[in-house]
Amino acid sequence: MNPVSLLRGKRPGIALALVGLVAILLALSATACGRPSAAPTTTPTPAATVRLNGAGATFPYPLYSRWFDEYAKVSGTLVNYQSIGSGGGINQITAGTVDFGASDGVMTAAQQTAAEQSHGPVLHVPMTMGAVAVVYNLAGISAGQLKLTPDVLADIYLKKITKWNDARIVQLNAGLNLPNQDIAVVHRSDGSGTTFIFTNYLSKISQEWSQKVGNATAVNWPGDIGGQGNEGVAGQVRQIPGAIGYVELAYAKQNSIAWAALRNASGAFVEPSLQATSAAAQGVSLPDDMKLVVTSSANPATYPIAGFSWLLVYQRQTDYTKGKALVDMMWWAIHDGQQYSTALDYAPLPQDAVTKAEAQIRSITYQGQALLQQ
Amino acid sequence: MKSPGKGWRVLLRRPASPGDWLFQGAALLAGLSLVGVLAAMAASLLETARPALTAFGLGFLFSSVWDPVREVFGALPAIYGTLLTSAIAIAVAVPVSLGVAIFLAELAPRWLRTPVSFLVEMLAAIPSVVLGLWGIFVMAPAIYPAEQWLERVLGWIPLFRGPIFGGFGFLTGGLILAIMALPIITAIARDAILTVPPAQKEAMLALGATRWEAISRAILPYARSGVIAAGILGLGRALGETMAVTMVIGNGYLLTGRLFAPGNTMASKIATQFNEASGLEVNALVELALVLLAVALIVNVAGRLLVRRAVGRVPWGGR
Repeated sequence: MNPVSLLRGKRPGIALALVGLVAILLALSATACGRPSAAPTTTPTPAATVRLNGAGATFPYPLYSRWFDEYAKVSGTLVNYQSIGSGGGINQITAGTVDFGASDGVMTAAQQTAAEQSHGPVLHVPMTMGAVAVVYNLAGISAGQLKLTPDVLADIYLKKITKWNDARIVQLNAGLNLPNQDIAVVHRSDGSGTTFIFTNYLSKISQEWSQKVGNATAVNWPGDIGGQGNEGVAGQVRQIPGAIGYVELAYAKQNSIAWAALRNASGAFVEPSLQATSAAAQGVSLPDDMKLVVTSSANPATYPIAGFSWLLVYQRQTDYTKGKALVDMMWWAIHDGQQYSTALDYAPLPQDAVTKAEAQIRSITYQGQALLQQ
Repeated sequence: MKSPGKGWRVLLRRPASPGDWLFQGAALLAGLSLVGVLAAMAASLLETARPALTAFGLGFLFSSVWDPVREVFGALPAIYGTLLTSAIAIAVAVPVSLGVAIFLAELAPRWLRTPVSFLVEMLAAIPSVVLGLWGIFVMAPAIYPAEQWLERVLGWIPLFRGPIFGGFGFLTGGLILAIMALPIITAIARDAILTVPPAQKEAMLALGATRWEAISRAILPYARSGVIAAGILGLGRALGETMAVTMVIGNGYLLTGRLFAPGNTMASKIATQFNEASGLEVNALVELALVLLAVALIVNVAGRLLVRRAVGRVPWGGR
């Protein structure tokens, strides 16, 4: 069977089908290609649609999704965001394949050097805040009833306190009936920003944790069992009597899991909530580069395990159109975008953090000139 | 001189027409590209793993610490977990599969054979992730009471000592792997049993043996190497399985003989850590992948050689 005989009508059906398939594929690829993202370095025509690409953390993905939806209606800029994880976001922004990255953790020194060498200084601009709730499975003890202090929590995760009726836990919870049960410690099996914030907190309040284990998206846990994602940890805490674990606040709220009240740096026992999370960055001294994880914050109303989620952008932009669209989008996000936070269980940025972020966005330049014109 | 039709010289045979040239060339290209892909995969894995190979040397296989913060990595608990869960899987799956194979080949009425064979093969079609979710929500909670009972009654044996983590651990991982290995072992064992000449069984029956005696003394010894090969191929499947095991094995990293303890296999360690890994951890994970690849290849090649010897051919390509 050769092509000529096909067309001559020996097997016309197959020939037509093949030609049709090729035509469809060509048409699809032509439309999907769209316009190449060339870099015009002069002021563009106002009618052009700007497309931005971002990638990174999965934690803020629902919020960013909503933002970029709304922002497209307001400005016409189309933002495409891939939630591939904080590590992926850092890798992509370093490689320059995306216009902005997103991360729940601060870049390490090595990562920052690599990025600076490739495209210049990287800014960590805070967009929203999240908290980590400590959840447990104890019969008859509901949300907020269990009180824990930082050192007790650290020793539980270090496997130095192994039973629920240990003297130190009982001392904090006089009215509760704590069973003589092993504490099953649940952690995350996959690397994640949630683990980064949690281990950041433990490293701050426990010298031993800081030396033995450390602060990272994935660590060498002293024990016991790991779950995949927030769902995995929550599932295991629910199924193992006497388990303790940590999950994103939003996840704990939406699934009504019992969480503990933690003592913050001022001595108050605070349950995780959106207001208590935002309080972590209000009334405390924030650095200009905002590369601070605000765990164990000094604010008396704060919940101690809270942190920012950042957008990673280069300070020196190389494309005027995209750079302008980027700063405008970020400005909108830290002001108008915050109204969408609480409905999706994200803690809005407090005023202090917004002020710092504004200064950061103003410092983004194109060819030496600030891009933001507001 | 050998005729041009034998061995590799067949490639030198002059094709009859241009169409044959094209066909021969295309087929040769396809075959070589497959080998090329495997070689390229091994080469690129080696290249990416090199920093870890130089950093840890052979000690990688015997160290028990996996610390991304200090960048110290050791694979021993992962290797141990792979071997332990696979051993549990084979220990559970082979007797069950053998029973199913004997049933399908010898005992089942004709009208029942096709549906049951079909159902067993459908087990192989269940996606790994689906089986893993079923494991988390159904199997682990169901095994939990059994584990508690075993710990109460047999807890003095180190194998069954607590603490128990809600049904997540080596045992559940091994059982899920048994479910995944079952279809392939059944298929090959059944083929092996079907190759036994009927005369063997008939002779035993003629001598007055019961059905069980005929099967156990005439058929099974004859089909033994085929059944062993089936077990090895099932083992090969169990070694590489990732998603289902990752979800139920509990992600612990201790070397312990306790069946109810949470553990890790090489595949599950890579699957959980790779996404957010950076720096030396990436290289260490790729080195782990190399170890897994080597183990899986050896087991699969051994299995296939045995199967060919026992059954005369490799049935349905296997996995």
